[in-house]
Amino acid sequence: MNKIIPALLAIVVTVGLGALFPSASGATTKPNAQPTVLTVSAAASLTDVFPVIADAFTKRFPNTVIKFNFAGSSTVMNQVIAGAPADIIATASEPTMQIGVDSKQVLRPLFFARNSLAIAVPAGNPANIKNLADLQRTGTLLGVCDTAVPCGSAAAQLFTKNKLNVTPVTRELDVRSLLGKVISGDLDAGVVYATDVKAAGSKVEFVEIPIKENVTTVYPIAMVAQSQSAVLSNRFVNFVRFSNTSQGILRAFGFAKPW
Amino acid sequence: MIPGLVALIFLLVPLIALIAQTPWESFPKIISSPEALEALRLSLLTSLAATALAAIFGIPMAWLLAREVLPFTGLLRALVIVPLLLPPVVSGVALLEALGRRGLIGGFLYDNFDITFPFTTVGVVIATTFVAMPFLIITLEGGFRSLHQRYEDAAATLGASPKRIFFRVTMPMVAPAAIAGLVLCWARALGEFGATITFAGNFPGVTQTMPLAVYTALESDRSVAIALSLVLLVVSVGVLVALRGRYLQTRAS
Repeated sequence: MNKIIPALLAIVVTVGLGALFPSASGATTKPNAQPTVLTVSAAASLTDVFPVIADAFTKRFPNTVIKFNFAGSSTVMNQVIAGAPADIIATASEPTMQIGVDSKQVLRPLFFARNSLAIAVPAGNPANIKNLADLQRTGTLLGVCDTAVPCGSAAAQLFTKNKLNVTPVTRELDVRSLLGKVISGDLDAGVVYATDVKAAGSKVEFVEIPIKENVTTVYPIAMVAQSQSAVLSNRFVNFVRFSNTSQGILRAFGFAKPW
Repeated sequence: MIPGLVALIFLLVPLIALIAQTPWESFPKIISSPEALEALRLSLLTSLAATALAAIFGIPMAWLLAREVLPFTGLLRALVIVPLLLPPVVSGVALLEALGRRGLIGGFLYDNFDITFPFTTVGVVIATTFVAMPFLIITLEGGFRSLHQRYEDAAATLGASPKRIFFRVTMPMVAPAAIAGLVLCWARALGEFGATITFAGNFPGVTQTMPLAVYTALESDRSVAIALSLVLLVVSVGVLVALRGRYLQTRAS
């Protein structure tokens, strides 16, 4: 036992250090021969809809395997800029995509969807939130995303636009962890994307934000410059943007047209 | 020999890269910014509080395990170590289920006393204690075990009370293990990320500790993240130096 403990500690300390830097995307393996693997790095808010679009794509273009890496938009962009292997990147904000364009890591982004904000509340709406103004009530545990990620900057715009004086208790780093804390009832309300409340189904209720008060974001998708499968990557980008199949799926998941 | 050297390089290169990428010109400005100081203050406060809690409750637990006072000691030892092997995010989820506002115990506390832990500094202390305390227990248990019971028996025959024996005989003799355990526990508490962000959330000045500040900064400004990481690296190396008797010796005496 005495010999095991230092060894165990060494393992744990190493693992612990790894936990400090959780942005690593994990090792990827090259396929042996046939199916072409496309790696799609995408904003967390696309977690549910992209696999469905990918299924439709692989039906159209068999012998393709699509892998996903979902995280906050800035995280996936950072990973691509740092050279993480990805063929396609889709973000939840134009400025984030522009960073990749400026550093010449991504090519010709296309807008393929639009999203707006909604107020997610736990089932039963215990804090009785009815509109944006209710978020200002003292004692309301309000969660937002950090302003470094698109859902957070959109929320900040929302508050400014409507001259709201709110005091959030947490600034989550992606919209899914924010929604998780609303679903668990630890938050009274969270400002999330309209599509996220749709995806969560009956686990969460939502309060609509009228169009006049709301803030919208557009989603660009682009091929990563160093993609090893440029032709297929381009096809995927065009499929997401232009095909009726993909656009139909996006509508079903609550995304609006970007044009 | 070669695999061993590979391990060495593998463990060292990322640390060297971190130092090499540090933006030295802006470093003083970054680490003296109000946000960084706030995160550092919060990290020190919560990690020290977690270590104190671990000492108050973990040292007696280590003694109970070492002396096999309780039934099923083997099983209990395994259970106590679980949080140490668990992915910290899972610990955070488990804590939410137990102490969240609708959790097993948290629900009762919220409904009856209006007490909530998530999104508070106390929540950070709870999360870090949960993850770090096993380090103290497992290290100190080894210390208690290697201490022969005859010293305690001798003190007892001389008429010392159990409490007196524990504080005047047992603890002084396991002091090196206790110090090593406390330092490891503190270092782990200082580096805690997953359980904290999952259970306590992320808000500057309340729950945003250094590791959370690093991760948040990574979203907006990489050089800030690297500068803050370097501070944590320096602290880790400092811990190693503090424990030099344990790890830097070429041979056990």
